[in-house]
Amino acid sequence: MNLPDAKIPPGPIEKKWQTWLDQHRLVGPNNRSDSKVIVIGTGLAGASAAASLAAQGFRVESFCFQDSSRRAHSIAAQGGINAAKDYANEGDSVRRLFHDTMKGGDFRSREANVWRLAELSENIIDQAVAQGVPFNREYGGQLATRSFGGVLVQRTFYSRGQTGQQLLLGAYSALQHQVASGNAVVHDRHEMLDLVLVDGQARGVIVRNLVTGEIERHAADAVILASGGYTNVYYLSTNAMGSNVTAAWRAHRHGALMANPCYTQIHPTCIPQSGEYQSKLTLMSESLRNDGRVWVPRKPGDDRAPTDIPDQERYYYLEERYPAFGNLAPRDIASRAAKVVCDDGLGVGGTGRGVYLDFRDAIAERGHDVIEGRYGNLFEMYENITGDNPYETPMMIYPAPHYAMGGLWVDYELQTTIPGLFAIGEANFSDHGANRLGASALMQTLADGYFIAPHTVAHYLTGDREPVSTSDSAFEQAEDAVESHITRLMDVDGTTAAQVFHREMGNVMLDNCGMARNAEGLERALTEIRAIKRDFWSDLRVDPGRDEFNQSLEYANRVSDFLELGELMCVDALRREESCGGHFREEHQTPDGEALRDDDRFAKVTAWEYRGEQGDPVPHDEPLTFENVKLATRSYK
Amino acid sequence: MKFKLEIWRQFETGEEGHFETFEVDGIDPEASFLEMLDQLNERLTGEKRRTVAFDSDCREGICGSCSLVIDDTPHGPRQVTSCQTYMRDFEDGSTIRVEPFRSTSFPVIRDLVTDRGALDRVIQAGGYTGATTGPQPEPNSMPVAPEVQERAMDAAICIGCGACVAACPNGSAMLFTGAKVTHLNLLPQGQPERANRAIAMVDQMDQEGFGGCTNFGECSRVCPQEISLDVIGMLNREYRRGRLGKRPKDPPAMRAQ
Repeated sequence: MNLPDAKIPPGPIEKKWQTWLDQHRLVGPNNRSDSKVIVIGTGLAGASAAASLAAQGFRVESFCFQDSSRRAHSIAAQGGINAAKDYANEGDSVRRLFHDTMKGGDFRSREANVWRLAELSENIIDQAVAQGVPFNREYGGQLATRSFGGVLVQRTFYSRGQTGQQLLLGAYSALQHQVASGNAVVHDRHEMLDLVLVDGQARGVIVRNLVTGEIERHAADAVILASGGYTNVYYLSTNAMGSNVTAAWRAHRHGALMANPCYTQIHPTCIPQSGEYQSKLTLMSESLRNDGRVWVPRKPGDDRAPTDIPDQERYYYLEERYPAFGNLAPRDIASRAAKVVCDDGLGVGGTGRGVYLDFRDAIAERGHDVIEGRYGNLFEMYENITGDNPYETPMMIYPAPHYAMGGLWVDYELQTTIPGLFAIGEANFSDHGANRLGASALMQTLADGYFIAPHTVAHYLTGDREPVSTSDSAFEQAEDAVESHITRLMDVDGTTAAQVFHREMGNVMLDNCGMARNAEGLERALTEIRAIKRDFWSDLRVDPGRDEFNQSLEYANRVSDFLELGELMCVDALRREESCGGHFREEHQTPDGEALRDDDRFAKVTAWEYRGEQGDPVPHDEPLTFENVKLATRSYK
Repeated sequence: MKFKLEIWRQFETGEEGHFETFEVDGIDPEASFLEMLDQLNERLTGEKRRTVAFDSDCREGICGSCSLVIDDTPHGPRQVTSCQTYMRDFEDGSTIRVEPFRSTSFPVIRDLVTDRGALDRVIQAGGYTGATTGPQPEPNSMPVAPEVQERAMDAAICIGCGACVAACPNGSAMLFTGAKVTHLNLLPQGQPERANRAIAMVDQMDQEGFGGCTNFGECSRVCPQEISLDVIGMLNREYRRGRLGKRPKDPPAMRAQ
C-alpha cells in the first residue's frame, strides 16, 4: 500500500483551515440523525468530539472502560492549556505559538496541522469558559496566565494545578447534557476489542461489557478513536493503570498505519520510584519550574541534607547549561540533563536517580502565601506521597514516561488510512513532532474534539455507504477473532500474573528505548521483548470466567498488545538514525551532548504497516516540507 | 511490614457476600494501599486463586475511581483517596478490614467494585451549562472576581468518588450535588439554568434512592477534596430559590446505562 495523500488544502498557511471549512460538504440538520458515530474513549478528545457531534444532531455512541465517563486520564493533567490570546500583552500571536510548537517538536511535525492548532487555541478557552470551567483570575476578574517550558511568553491558562480535571469535567458535562437530551449514549465499563470493516470502511466495533463479559457488536457510519496514548508500554509511567493501546493497536492490525511510534516523552518532573511493587509514577506539574530551581550537589555522593548544602556547592545545571530558558527548558532537554547528571553520579535520593526542585528562593522572594496560591495543591500532593514538606525541603524529582507523540497516522482531516476511522487527541501522531511542549496536550485534544473532528467527520458522512447490520459476516468474523484471542489468553493456564510480564517489558523498554537509545541496546531489547512474549504465552494466568467481571483478563489482554507495540517502537527507533526531540540516539549528538538531527534523511514521518504476527512491519514515509519555519538547530541556550 | 486483611468477597450483584481473611508479608511501608492489594493479587494468581476485584485508575487522587472502605472509613484513615493511603499509616502486624463503598444506590458488582452510575445521572439532570460547541463570547468581557472563582473552584474540584455517600448514615449525595450546584450557580456562565438546576438534580437524587441530609457532617469529614458543608447550605438555598420562583419544567427522563 502507499501512504494516502495528507489532504492539506492549498494556499497560504493562514488560510488553509478556512479554505477547508469553506469547501467541505455539509449534512442537512434533518438528515444528521440518520448517521451514527462511535467514539472510543471519553477523555478530553473523546468527550468533546462526542458532545459536539451529538449537539449537531448526529447519533453518538460513546464507550469508555472506566466506571464513568468522567474518569478518563485527561483528568490528571495539572498545569494548564496554551492559547495565543496575548492577554499578558507580550506580543504573542498565532504565528509565535505555531513557531514554538514546531521548534519544540524539533521540526518533525506537519506545518499545516500545527498552524491550525495554534489558530484554534483561542476558541478553546472561550468554549471552556462558557461551560463554566473556573480558570484562575487576576484581581480585576480577567483570566490569568503563566509560563510553561520552551517558550518566552505567558500563554498558559490554568485552574490551580487541576486544569485537566476542570476541562474534562467541562467536556464531560457537555456530553452528559447530550445524554439527557437523547442525542448520545455513553457505555461505561465497555472496552473496544476490535474494529469492524465492511467494504474497506470502518463500520463498527466489537466491545466487551466489562461487567457481564458479554461480547457486543455495535455498527455505525464512522468510528472515532480517542483512546489516548501508550506510554504504559514502559509499565511505570504517569498514565493511569488502565491506559492502554488496545483500541489503536487492533485498528493498526486492520491496516491503520502507526506513525512515529518511537516518539515518546519522558517528563522531567515526577516523583522518583521508591519500591519494586510501585504501580505508577506521579507527575509534578511543569508549572513548578516557573518558581522552582533544579539542582544537584556538585560533589558526587554528597549526603548532607539539601538545606545544609551552600549555594556555591550546588550545581544549577539547567541555569548553567541553558541560560536563556534556564529552569524552563523544554521537557526532552530537561529530562536528558537530569539523566546526564545522575549518570555522572551527582544524583540524590536512595537510588541516586533523583534531582532537587527547590522553592527556597521563590518563597524568600515572593512569600509563602504567593507560592501556596500558585502550587498549594501540588505541594500537598507531594507531601501526601513522600511525607516531605516542600515548603521546608526541596522536592526530589526524576523523569518518567508521560506522553506519546507517536500514534495512528492521520491526514489533515484526522482520518487514518482506513476510510471512516478517525483518530484524535493523543491517539494520533499529529501535532507535536518529536517532543510535545507543556500545556499543549490539552490544547490539541480539545482542538481535535471540539473544532476539527465535528467538521471532518460530518464531511466524511456525506459520502456513499451501504447500510450495515450487526448480523453481517464482517461482524461475525470480528467477534470470532475477539473470542479466540480471549480463549488463547485463558488457555495458557500458567502461574504468572500479567503484571509480572508487563513489569519485565517495561524495564527493557525504559533501559533501551527511553531517554537515550542506541543500536546495540535496541537490538538487545528486541530479543528480550520476544523472549518475554514467549514466556507470556506459555506461563500467563488469568482468573477463570470469561462471562463475568474479570479484571485479570482485561489486564492480560492489554499487555498482549503492549508486547507487540514495544517491538514496533524499537524497530522504529532503530530505523531513525538521528536524534530529534525525545528520540535521542546516542550515536547522533553534538560535541556538547545535544540532539543532532539529520534533516536530509529524516525530515519525514514514518508510518508503519502491520504485516501479521510473524511478518516484519513495513515503513512508509511522508516527507515533511517547511515553508513557514526555518529548519534550525534547536537551541535554548 | 505484615498485615492481616479481612476483605469483602462478593461474586456478583445481589449475592450474599462475606469476609475472607488473607495475610500479607514483606510489604514496603512506602507502598500505597492499592499496591499492597496488587501484591496480594499477584500472589493469589500464582496460587491459582481468584484475585480480589477493586477499582482504580489514575492512582494519584484525581480520577475518583478507587473506592474502598478501610477500617470502617471511606478511603481510609487520612482523608485522602484510597490510592493515596500508604501502608506507613498502619501499624505493623495489625488487622485491616476492607469493604466496598456501602450504599443502596451503589450496588456491588464484585468484591470491592460498585456501580456509581447514579452520580452520572444526577449530573445529567442539570450539572452543566447549556453552552454547546461553537463561537462563544470573549471571556474577559465577563470578568469574574477572583474570590468568586476561588469559591466556585473549591466546589468544582469534587472528584465524584462517592465517599460522601458511603460515609453518610442516610446515604445522602447532598455534598456531591451541592458541590456541582455551587460551582455552576456562582459563575455568570451558570445563570441561565440556575432556577431549574438545583430542583432537577435534587429530584434525580431522590429517584436514585439517595437519602436526605440531616447534618451529620460525615460527608465532608471523609471528602478527599475537603469540600465544605457550605455547599449543602448553598444547595438548600438554591433549591428554595428555584421552588419560590417559576415552577420549572419536569427534568428530562433519565435512562440507566
